[in-house]
Amino acid sequence: MRPDLTTLRRLAVEIRKTILQTIAKAGSGHPGGSLSMVELLIGLYWYTLRHDPNHPAWPERDVFLLSKGHGCPCLYTVLAYQGYFPKDELMTLRHYPTRLQGHPEKNSPPGVEIASGSLGQGLSMANGIALADRLDGRTRRIFCLLGDGEAQEGQVWEAAMTAHHHRLDRVCAIVDANGLQQNGPVKELKDLEPLPEKWRAFGWHAMEIDGHDLNQVMDAYDEAETITGKPQVVVARTVKGKGVSFMEHNPAWHGMAPKPDELERALKELDAQAV
Amino acid sequence: MAELKPTRDGFGEGLLELGRTNPNVVALSGDLEDSTRAIWFKQKYPERFFSVGIAEQDMVGTAAGLALMGKIPFACSFSEFVTGKALEQVRLAVCYQKLPVKIAGSHGGLSVGADGATAEALEELAHMRSLPNMTVLVPCDALEAKKATLAAAKHAGPVFLRLGRNAVPIITRLEDPFVIGEAKTLREGSDVSLIACGIMVAHALSAAALLAKEGIDARVINLHTLKPIDKSTILKAARETGALVTAEEHSVLGGLGSAVAEVVVQEHPVPMRFVGVMDRFGTSGDPGDLLKAFHLMPEDITQAARDVLRLKKNAVGSRL
Repeated sequence: MRPDLTTLRRLAVEIRKTILQTIAKAGSGHPGGSLSMVELLIGLYWYTLRHDPNHPAWPERDVFLLSKGHGCPCLYTVLAYQGYFPKDELMTLRHYPTRLQGHPEKNSPPGVEIASGSLGQGLSMANGIALADRLDGRTRRIFCLLGDGEAQEGQVWEAAMTAHHHRLDRVCAIVDANGLQQNGPVKELKDLEPLPEKWRAFGWHAMEIDGHDLNQVMDAYDEAETITGKPQVVVARTVKGKGVSFMEHNPAWHGMAPKPDELERALKELDAQAV
Repeated sequence: MAELKPTRDGFGEGLLELGRTNPNVVALSGDLEDSTRAIWFKQKYPERFFSVGIAEQDMVGTAAGLALMGKIPFACSFSEFVTGKALEQVRLAVCYQKLPVKIAGSHGGLSVGADGATAEALEELAHMRSLPNMTVLVPCDALEAKKATLAAAKHAGPVFLRLGRNAVPIITRLEDPFVIGEAKTLREGSDVSLIACGIMVAHALSAAALLAKEGIDARVINLHTLKPIDKSTILKAARETGALVTAEEHSVLGGLGSAVAEVVVQEHPVPMRFVGVMDRFGTSGDPGDLLKAFHLMPEDITQAARDVLRLKKNAVGSRL
């Protein structure tokens, strides 16, 4: 049963506001790439994932791996809103000492499945989990979110080959394809297109969606579940900095915290979207 | 004449025994299972063996994923390739996450031989040693390699196991215990201490015999665990013999010699000499020829011992 879309859209606004507040308080962080993945995580945590915030180590839980670790302000916010840890802890992002590391540390706090931040590593780990599950008879799903820039890392394609070779059909990758990386458009630094076709060439079932359309996001996760014999990937076309006019499509907001006046403007814009 | 057997064979046997006794042990290979002897495990327990093809970064990451779900993975490759290409993955996926992944690096050192520099791992002990949470084991013979493999599986965290290609003499005994972090004094002595790991332990024993003929009484220590290092055995040797020679089939930069020096210099500085590869790459050749050409023979250890004794004498003299 799908949750009410209006509720989810309001939630997306609140999550975006919180992300920016935590980054502003920290004085550093990655707003652009955190904002682009909001709907992708809402679709997982409020719809698709079988999980229990009160039992983060539940052995049968669906697993979510954040491979693009710098997007962690979004993950932490989502986990807090889901009840994995108290919301007021969110403002400790990047402050010493904190469980909310600048790039995720495993189990810090519980709900964070892997350490990441050095790009390209998550998909291999997803495959390892899938292989263990096969030995132990578990059929739960394993989701792994990557950035499009991240897919320039060779290890991603090594893992893609492994998932295909071992027919790891419980692995579903999600590419937050916001088209930008730290120093400019992906197209200018190292063009990855045609991206869905690349995954298909590697033997994956690839879907391409608008990553901010919650229906398309949930449809894609549903479609992925029906695929057997091959891993699935959702290439989600997103906007870096989504929701804030001066951040959208702007590489400058890859790794820069908003100043107080910028935060205020951003929060006002987001509040206007909540209606 | 001692039996000759490669340490990689000892590893292969250990892994096979683990397959039999521990259902959580799994193995991965990047198309080097025959060379690393992981193939014996693959043949017996095919459902617990995973090929990732020629992809060391993927292999280490996949091993981490398996370990996240309770498996004890042995990721097997040539020492150079798995520690070189996948250093970042060993660092983040394995060490930072403190996972029980065991990196089995075969063909360490010069005795790879004809394949040459690209396969001859000479810096990997330095790299692995520098990683927090890593345990670094360099067994001296096949018997010790098997014990080290079994101990690695029992150890809660990351382990790097350095193995060799060539058949080398068995110098330990079946009944000798192997404990991670506990160095073995194989020969007592009071004039100088020869601290070695891997194939150089046998060379150190030969060197001690040669030195005895010159009236020099050398202690020989098998430092099979570079990390966590056995400070007390090293410091005892420094205090009681006053002169140290380290010997490793590895660069003199950052490996066994450096590890020993780090301990000694801070607690009880004594003259030291490092026998090892002098900051250069390997080359193709017969392993015996290479060990001679790169000065890793017993005679090189005896010469280093004489050098360090001269320094010891001068130091004593200057205090009078």
